[in-house]
Amino acid sequence: MEAAMGLMRRIPPKHSETALSALLSLLPHHSSDLLSQVDQPLQVLCDVDCGKEFILCEYNRDADSYRSPWSNKYHPPLEDGPHPSPELRKLEIEANEVFAVYREQYYEGGISSVYLWEDENEGFVACFLIKKDGSKTAHGKRGYLQEGAWDAIHVIEVGPEEEGKAHYCLTSTVMLSLTTNDESSGTFNLSGSIRRQMNMDLSVAEGHLCNMGKMIEEMEGKLRNSLDQVYFGKTKEMVCTLRPPAELVQMRLPDS
Amino acid sequence: MSDDDEETSTQPEELSHKQKLEIAKWFLINSPPGEIQYVAKDVKAVLKDENVYEAAAAEAFPLYNKSHMICLQLPDRSGDVMVTSFSEITEDEYLDPRTAQVAVVNHVKQSCTEVRPASDEELPSAYVEEYRCAVDAEISKYVGEAYPKGVCSVYSSKGKHVEEPGSNFELVVVILASRHSPQNFCNGSWRSIWNVVFEDELQIVELRGRMEVGAHYFEEGNVQLDAKHECKDSTAFQSPDDCAASVMNIIRHHETEYLNSLQKSYLNLPDTTFKDLRRKLPVTRTLFPWHNTMQFSLTRDISKELGIGK
Repeated sequence: MEAAMGLMRRIPPKHSETALSALLSLLPHHSSDLLSQVDQPLQVLCDVDCGKEFILCEYNRDADSYRSPWSNKYHPPLEDGPHPSPELRKLEIEANEVFAVYREQYYEGGISSVYLWEDENEGFVACFLIKKDGSKTAHGKRGYLQEGAWDAIHVIEVGPEEEGKAHYCLTSTVMLSLTTNDESSGTFNLSGSIRRQMNMDLSVAEGHLCNMGKMIEEMEGKLRNSLDQVYFGKTKEMVCTLRPPAELVQMRLPDS
Repeated sequence: MSDDDEETSTQPEELSHKQKLEIAKWFLINSPPGEIQYVAKDVKAVLKDENVYEAAAAEAFPLYNKSHMICLQLPDRSGDVMVTSFSEITEDEYLDPRTAQVAVVNHVKQSCTEVRPASDEELPSAYVEEYRCAVDAEISKYVGEAYPKGVCSVYSSKGKHVEEPGSNFELVVVILASRHSPQNFCNGSWRSIWNVVFEDELQIVELRGRMEVGAHYFEEGNVQLDAKHECKDSTAFQSPDDCAASVMNIIRHHETEYLNSLQKSYLNLPDTTFKDLRRKLPVTRTLFPWHNTMQFSLTRDISKELGIGK
């Protein structure tokens, strides 16, 4: 299993779907571990009742059907698929609405979905998902990207309320890919994924949604910066190590 | 990949020998620069089948080595040989034109086992060699200055036995710079391949270049750069030394330009390209007002105001 995860860290991110399906076929007994630990780009279905799209993940899946956060129904229909309790469903509806506004403000497009469900410890778990296609043919407002995808998965475990506080454990995964393509510079593609965790104990005075939302916003900001400065920065550093910029070279060259 | 049709959910079927081999090969061939040995270790562990692994490695390593143009030291330390499709004599034998030797290579171990002098058949004619040698000297100088850890080679390809002016011939310039820092979780490589065609009738030299740059950073994550570029140029067909100088200048010019455009792409990232995926902050330049969620009949109003459809 460790070797499988090692492979996933080395294979080019654009091949991650092929790599995962290869590993699943080689290690069928580890399939639930692989599916929960390996990051995959998000898939989407359309809710037939309201015409809105929703994101698919392990947390709204039962057998081969997926529950829509809009209509609360399984697609394709299921007789006895699990649903959140009425109380939790109310929070889920509100979370979807608020998160959609958040998404619009930061992503200027894209799709989001939130799923809640009770867990065994009298708390609950929430999964916030965002899928953005930033290519110029989709929601890329400025038209820079030939291809661009941002998939974010935030899973928060919320503990039971004790003395006006609750414990929140957030695990976030961001997968992204961007490609620019033009005559003078050819194809330029950066892609990758990172996953981080954040734990906090917060007062529930302002409500769970507010706490979760703030954590996610902070985490997304950190991940975006990290990807941009650290991760992309390291690849840029590598390029300049392989071939230092011309200004440095010219200083050493005699006049030719 | 041949495994797209497999059902993995209900009954795990045993994969055939061929299917396992194809998967192992795929992982090996797609390893980032400098990482095939690490990938090989993981593939062996996941496969749990020595026979399949060895068969896959025997097929995959030569392809990987040629595609990444790995450079191996000759056993007698007289120089290096680059493993490329242009220097290939047979799958296990590669020519180093600079020292006129042929090296026998063990692909899976990525090492050179023995070396022998090249035969006349394997080397270009004296006429072509004059050009090849001049270009090699200029390119080596250029690579020495521009790439801290670069290696290069110039091979004769089509028309290598042309004895005198009157026919076309072709040279291939290959440049490789790679940096492996596994302890820093970072690897990368720059590969340039330039086809240089000497056209006798038109008395011009046509160049076609392909540059490919890759970098991989994987400390608590996995991020890779994959950039490619192609370009063309031409110059007059002159004496070997003059041609060599022109060819070198053209190559240097285009590669420098390409590096500049790569840097520009990186510069544009935070504020333009990345912004198309996710802004740093909303247009309001403040964080999202989560505490106002209490009154979210507002949501519907905000949605209408922001013109959110869907």
